[in-house]
Amino acid sequence: MIRFETVSKRYDTGYEALARVDFEVESGEMLFLTGHSGAGKSTLMKLILLMEQPSNGHVFVDGHHLARMPKSQLPYFRRNIGVVFQNHQLLFDRTVYDNVALPLQVAGYPHQEIGKRVRAALDKVDLLDKERTNPMALSGGEQQRVGIARAVVNKPTLLLADEPTGNLDPELSNEIMTLFRQFNEVGTTVMIATHDVELLKRMNKRVLGLVQGKLVHDGVLW
Amino acid sequence: MGASATPRNDRPRREVPPRAENIRQQGAVQSQMSWRDKFDAWSAHHSNSAIESLLRMLGTPLQSLMTWLVIAIAIALPAALFVVFNNVQQIGQSWQDSSQISVFLKKDATANQAQDLRGRWAQRPDVAQATYISPEQALEEFKLGSGLGELANQLDENPLPAVILIKPKIGGNAPDALTSLQQALVADRLVADVRLDMLWVKRLHQFITVAERFVVALAGLLALGVLLVIGNTIRMAIENRRDEIVVVKLVGATDAYVRRPFLYTGLWFGVGGGILAAILLAIGFWWLSAPVAQLADLYQSSFRLQGLGFIESLQLILLAGFTGLAGAWIAVARHLYQIQPR
Repeated sequence: MIRFETVSKRYDTGYEALARVDFEVESGEMLFLTGHSGAGKSTLMKLILLMEQPSNGHVFVDGHHLARMPKSQLPYFRRNIGVVFQNHQLLFDRTVYDNVALPLQVAGYPHQEIGKRVRAALDKVDLLDKERTNPMALSGGEQQRVGIARAVVNKPTLLLADEPTGNLDPELSNEIMTLFRQFNEVGTTVMIATHDVELLKRMNKRVLGLVQGKLVHDGVLW
Repeated sequence: MGASATPRNDRPRREVPPRAENIRQQGAVQSQMSWRDKFDAWSAHHSNSAIESLLRMLGTPLQSLMTWLVIAIAIALPAALFVVFNNVQQIGQSWQDSSQISVFLKKDATANQAQDLRGRWAQRPDVAQATYISPEQALEEFKLGSGLGELANQLDENPLPAVILIKPKIGGNAPDALTSLQQALVADRLVADVRLDMLWVKRLHQFITVAERFVVALAGLLALGVLLVIGNTIRMAIENRRDEIVVVKLVGATDAYVRRPFLYTGLWFGVGGGILAAILLAIGFWWLSAPVAQLADLYQSSFRLQGLGFIESLQLILLAGFTGLAGAWIAVARHLYQIQPR
């Protein structure tokens, strides 16, 4: 599903965010990406989403060699990747329903299909009763769940989450992890970036550890 | 990516293990949505974008009205000049209609020959009327009109030639046609001289040509102004919706999808400005028409000011809409691609 071949990323400022990173993720896997802030977690995710290009090495996602992907294919490629952001990236000028419907509208689904899928996704994250609410009126945990619903509504093959539990208390973050686990159980490849070591221990999954852009750990913690 | 890449198909996604070889899966994704669905979605997004961008505009009525007014004024100015000189051209035409060509015949032309000639010329398609005036008639007129009757009486013989007065049947903007008629007339062997006061016709046409160029240049400059105004407005709209653009790009919106609402915004700015310009022109010409009619009456002219007709107003609005669209396109091309998810 994801393959990094000696990938380095050096920004124009000279800052080296990733240094010769090699790893492979099988389809249907669930894994974590950890490291201090600045260790390169976000850069790695941006490379997968083709928000950035590597300075060196090759990134393969979903069978695509990203460096060779034509610009015109990029939107269609991204439709198969769900992304959950730490800051949710919700739009506050529309309802929860419209936020979640966005990936489907963009992909051009028929109206009824959108309704069905959005409600299914909202039901999954237990927010069906909030569909007409403005996300601004929701709590942090609820906003994060709206973000997750939006990420999975298009049934992506790959789900990326950047610090999805960053601002949440342990109970809420457990809830959200349970959700991710459920998506993984139905076949979605899930990759979660977090610096929450307690969470990593609890989940007991494969962990990629980054330190100053270098991959220093790959495997279950203990 | 396997089967889950098929948006319309809910097969369990595990059954096809994603492999690097499945590179062409993406093509399958698109083809599995039928063309009809895709077309429906496309046209739905068009009408959504059109309505939403209009509502968004009406949501800030004062701001939108100001932009519309700026555009309307920029459009109304050259349009008004265009209408005014159309009217001037019409005046010129009516003057020219009343113009005459005086054909002086040779001394040896007999009255019969002259009548013959008059008859032939009257048949010409570019001649409205031909009148024969014999030397005797001409002398009588001269005596009456000049007050030199006594002097004329002392002459041994009539010094005046026979004259045929030609009233041309030619459109007003055609001094060349008049010249060629004149040449045709002068070619007859009975003709001594042809008098046509072309100078004022030429001057009028020259004036109109200059005015035309001036209006075209002005219209070009103001159209550029409209482009810039709309471009700048769209640029601000793009800036205001930066977050939204980032998010929709991340969830897989194509450039066309992102562009669409802004293009409609530009179109509405143009169309709104065009409608306002048409209204401004209609009011302006209505306001002017009464005094102009009175002025024309003082000169015994039946001239009446012609404003923009319905079709012309429609053309104006369409042209404005097109300019708006073009302005939006320029702004979108310049600014939308700078906004990428970071």
